[in-house]
Amino acid sequence: MDSHSIIGTKNKKGQVYTDPNHLFFEAPRIPSFFTGSEVIKEAIRRASVDLMVAYPITPQSEAAALIGELYAEGYVTDYMRGENEFGVMSECAGGSFGGARVFTTTAGPGTMRAMENFPMWSGARLPIEMIVTCRGINSPLSIQPDTLEMYFLLETGMLVWHAETAQDFYDWILMGFMVAEQPDVHLPIAICCDGFFVTHTKDVVNLTPVDMCLPPYDPYRSPVPCMDMECPPVRMMRDPFVMKSNYISYATHASWQQEIRAAIERSRKHTIPLLGGLIETENADAEILIVSSGTAVSQGREAIRLLAEEGLRVGLVKIKSVRPWPYHEIREATKHAKHIFVPEFNVAGWMAREIKATVPDSDRVVAGPQVAGGMTMPPEVIVEHIQRTLGKSVATLAARGS
Amino acid sequence: MNHPGHYMVRPGPEAFLPPAAAAMGNALPDPGQAHINGRIVPEEEAFQEAARMFLGGTVPTIFPGPLVLWAWNEKAKKKATAIKFLYDTLKECAPAGAQPMLIPMPDYRPKYPKINPEVEINPNHPNLTIWHNKIDVCMFVGVHCHQANLSLKIIRGGTNCYTIAMCAQAGHEDACLSFRDASVEKIMHLAEWVKKLKGTVPFGALKKHVAALETQDRAGGVRS
Repeated sequence: MDSHSIIGTKNKKGQVYTDPNHLFFEAPRIPSFFTGSEVIKEAIRRASVDLMVAYPITPQSEAAALIGELYAEGYVTDYMRGENEFGVMSECAGGSFGGARVFTTTAGPGTMRAMENFPMWSGARLPIEMIVTCRGINSPLSIQPDTLEMYFLLETGMLVWHAETAQDFYDWILMGFMVAEQPDVHLPIAICCDGFFVTHTKDVVNLTPVDMCLPPYDPYRSPVPCMDMECPPVRMMRDPFVMKSNYISYATHASWQQEIRAAIERSRKHTIPLLGGLIETENADAEILIVSSGTAVSQGREAIRLLAEEGLRVGLVKIKSVRPWPYHEIREATKHAKHIFVPEFNVAGWMAREIKATVPDSDRVVAGPQVAGGMTMPPEVIVEHIQRTLGKSVATLAARGS
Repeated sequence: MNHPGHYMVRPGPEAFLPPAAAAMGNALPDPGQAHINGRIVPEEEAFQEAARMFLGGTVPTIFPGPLVLWAWNEKAKKKATAIKFLYDTLKECAPAGAQPMLIPMPDYRPKYPKINPEVEINPNHPNLTIWHNKIDVCMFVGVHCHQANLSLKIIRGGTNCYTIAMCAQAGHEDACLSFRDASVEKIMHLAEWVKKLKGTVPFGALKKHVAALETQDRAGGVRS
């Protein structure tokens, strides 16, 4: 099917297949008050999805169930429940190999259980969109917000975006399909948000009209045959080149992996116009910067306001895309900074590590504050962290009430 | 990691494992453009350059892939006819001594125990066909993009073959020269350029051109 030739025609629900740029940037927007989970449903209602595979795990369960309603209403062509997350992601692969636009949602331990599938998806050039509503992955069991699982996704060959707000989430779910399905990209995409903070809170989100939808996926533009059991990537385990022990077999594997990374880099060209850049900056000329992604950015904004009241000017860098990594953008945005603070909702501080590996004079990077296991990150904690680093005497927030 | 500026993509042998050009910061051309050695140029300039490379080679070869070898739709049939026309034009216009070839890539299955390099090329070990036939300039057409990129990079890594991609999608950074949005008209236009330049390119001129490219740095002062 040629996606372009059906622009302007209607699907079985009466929605008009709409040019994506018109849908994203020109179509009227309707302010609506929704939870993040409801926003996922509304985005998928407009996304011409062929197959959704669901499995319950907090905090994405509500979204998965809501998309079941879309299936019942006829907006999603097929809807299946997997036997576990590994099964879900394998079924997603089958659907995508067959030429369907595939969507799924997962979180925390579910992401970890399914992990083997993600490099397989990217190696097979399957443009599956997966929502990750991040939660803890530690033992003892936690269902609370924590972004550690994103760290595990970074080298899977997937595109990884991190939404700050429900509005980001809505727009990026739709835009993600358009980037992931480009023939020169054609990779799976993980669109992450911080569980509960985004999924279970209500916010005003400007929705595109319900009678407009994305054009369908065109599998004939895929960089690999959309389904051919005789050819790699499908018959991977039976055939050489995987089994041969010689230079060219290894070189083919290496070239294959390089090609996946190359495709991630190619996605920049398509992502930047849609997301308005891989990063967003405010007062980047300030000597002190807060650099982060997800809701840590929201908390950073409020900390900046509090610090401004005390006469301290602090700038902000919001990282939207973690893969591709905005290497040059971050170097440029932080070139004036003497202190770069990286607040994170995980104990590892992986975002700070990425930034340290990116900027010159990485001693400028201060990893933290970090919270984990479901803790909130009050803006005062960021303020305290900055002031303490600058040598100012401050009271510890946690001591309040003692 | 993305680096500013373009990385010069030229014939190898480049390295034990050369980098993907996209990872070195090379971008694909927009509609109406092409790239030559990683430099974005107007498409017309690339037609002329591709014709010059074809005519300057000693064994200029076209590698048609499954998308044009099998008559799976009308467009494929027309493209196949145009490719045959280009090949015939090349035979007619190439300088004396040149041996144009048309070698198919019928599918992507790794061929073991041994590929027959005289009759086919395979994306998993394309160097074998290049080496066996002493191919010094080639054009991929009708090959799925992933498989073409795999081939182009392996060829660049281990052979001295100048690669051209006539891509129906967005093009290929890992080719020495790449078109995008390939159509019957574009294939025929390349054939026109071959005709137009007939007699103007001396036999073996490609070798000198590649030698000249080799005097230039690839990127960042690194010559490999």
